[in-house]
Amino acid sequence: MEIRIANVRKEFGRFPALHDVSLNIRSGELIALLGPSGSGKTTLLRLIAGLEHTTVGKIYFGDEDASQKSIQDRNVGFVFQHYALFKHLTIADNIGFGLRVRPRATRPSRKEIRRRASELLDLVQLPGLDRRLPRQLSGGQRQRVALARALAIEPRVLLLDEPFGALDAQVRRDLRRWLRELHDKTGHTTVFVTHDQEEALELADRVVVMSQGRIEQVGGADDIYDAPASPFVFSFIGESSSLPILVRDGEAFFEDERVSLPVRDCEAGPSRLFIRPHDIDVVADGGGTFSGNVTMVRRNGGGRRVELAIGSGGHRVEIEVPAEVAPAIGSTISIRPRRWRVYADAAPTGPVTTAAAMKAAEPSRAVAAE
Amino acid sequence: MPAEKVFVPPDYQRPTESPPEVAAIPFRQRSAVTEPVWVRTILIVVAVGFVGLFLLLPLVFVFVQAFSMGFGEYFEQLSEPYAQSAIRLTLLVTAIAVPANLVFGIAASWAIAKFEFKGKAFLITLIDLPFSVSPVIAGLVYVLLFGAQGYFGPWLEANDIQIIFAVPGIVLATIFVTFPFVARELIPLMQEQGTGDEEAALSLGASGFKTFLFVTLPNVKWALLYGVLLCNARAMGEFGAVSVLSGRIQGFTNTMPLQIEAASKEFSRTAEVAAFSMASLLALLALVTLILKTFLEWRYADRLSSSAQAH
Repeated sequence: MEIRIANVRKEFGRFPALHDVSLNIRSGELIALLGPSGSGKTTLLRLIAGLEHTTVGKIYFGDEDASQKSIQDRNVGFVFQHYALFKHLTIADNIGFGLRVRPRATRPSRKEIRRRASELLDLVQLPGLDRRLPRQLSGGQRQRVALARALAIEPRVLLLDEPFGALDAQVRRDLRRWLRELHDKTGHTTVFVTHDQEEALELADRVVVMSQGRIEQVGGADDIYDAPASPFVFSFIGESSSLPILVRDGEAFFEDERVSLPVRDCEAGPSRLFIRPHDIDVVADGGGTFSGNVTMVRRNGGGRRVELAIGSGGHRVEIEVPAEVAPAIGSTISIRPRRWRVYADAAPTGPVTTAAAMKAAEPSRAVAAE
Repeated sequence: MPAEKVFVPPDYQRPTESPPEVAAIPFRQRSAVTEPVWVRTILIVVAVGFVGLFLLLPLVFVFVQAFSMGFGEYFEQLSEPYAQSAIRLTLLVTAIAVPANLVFGIAASWAIAKFEFKGKAFLITLIDLPFSVSPVIAGLVYVLLFGAQGYFGPWLEANDIQIIFAVPGIVLATIFVTFPFVARELIPLMQEQGTGDEEAALSLGASGFKTFLFVTLPNVKWALLYGVLLCNARAMGEFGAVSVLSGRIQGFTNTMPLQIEAASKEFSRTAEVAAFSMASLLALLALVTLILKTFLEWRYADRLSSSAQAH
């Protein structure tokens, strides 16, 4: 089922939770709504489900306008963060609930409902648990039951609200892989909400990055990571540091001094330069673009993180160096960004200037001694 | 540890059961929040003594007095026409007031716990009103409204409707007084449970009514029963508001508590037995309520903890 969200605005009281959001979700797609809390991602999901209704705008299921339809009529499978299993019902009765509450004319027989429940339990790899109560199951098992319950009504769309949010890391990873496999098997159009970028980038076909009630960018993991559409996306996805620069006459200035950064394609005016820790080279002999004092060094898995205070403003920039390199606190390091993006200050969410990937002049990294 | 030569007496036995650390704990060591024995003793004696003197003793006395002229006289007094009429009236009033409060309680707690609306805080305060207003005043307000000189008095009279000094008045007073019991039990529970389960049921296609029946009601059934029980006990025992509105016509508008008072005012041995035999019924009701309440609390606590685990 294809879903089209057309210019949707949602207000709670006088507080706008979504501003003019449009999005096309392709049939059979697994799509993630990603954003910090308060970004409107859950509101958007609940609007698609029919748990809330739009203030302005329409939501289409295929060609049909579903905006005014009740949640019961939309036929969506909704999975809640805290599972919302019915405590007093067995697992089989929980899964069969959606069939049992149908009007008599469309309700399958008891036997058929029971058969479907056990079939779905097999699908979510929990065979034989039909007679248990929800409280006798672990968190991961409960969430799978919740998914089976949502699938039982043969929904047109599957909607998951932070489905793994309440689970611990290991179970999360397992369930993530499992959900992807299940999606590929059943082919449901699936929308899930998450604040975990790793989860979104790894699991989804496309990721919708949201902030403050707006969609910042829609794209695959590569687009989102390599070509962030806005400073927000750049800083929200992955790690990054930023420096205030001025672009004038195709040249970049940092604290009134010209820096060797090709910004010919960038818009003139006050801007911000965004860089990622692993896209920065350390240059020997002070020949880099910026130089700064080491304020902190810490071991980070396979490498080492070095925090620099750059310029008179002491702007914090984090770089990644090999574990063998251990600069002393207070020493000066010269750096040159390998990949970066520049965003003009005036329109923080506006069009983005291009950034070139630059080969480092010196392939080997070195640490400048004090 | 290096082996050391130590003199061991021939009859020495190694301690086998308790390791030395345990034995080394001083005898008087206790947790910081545990009082010394004498303080504990005094506190327990005061509490038990108080309960015994002010609660248990009168309760026992009620039964002793009721049976003071034998079982025969006890049942004789209870089968007096006035006594019978009082019992019937009390049962009737309770049978109307409790279901009315059940419906109101569910409606109010649903409204308060499951959605937002203007004046919600005001409604919560209003529900508690009967707790803070003296029942006698509540009764008087109804007299002012529906009495012969009241606002609706003339209209009621013209249409030949009798509220004050009749059964409807007694029912009104009882409903007023028992107003908060069901709602007060349900509101905190429903608020804690939130709307997640209901949303799940709706998303699975259940209608509002089926959601209520299959999801909401089972989630609150023990609290509901508990509220009804308390409501019932209060409805049967209410004196103040009812006494203002009933007019106290023996055989017609006297409920059990009013009948007890009426009988206790006559200074005769049989009247005393009559009063206490009626009182013993209410005391019995109280005991049954207490037992059921304890049972429910036990069951209900179990339910609550299991639902907490489910989240």
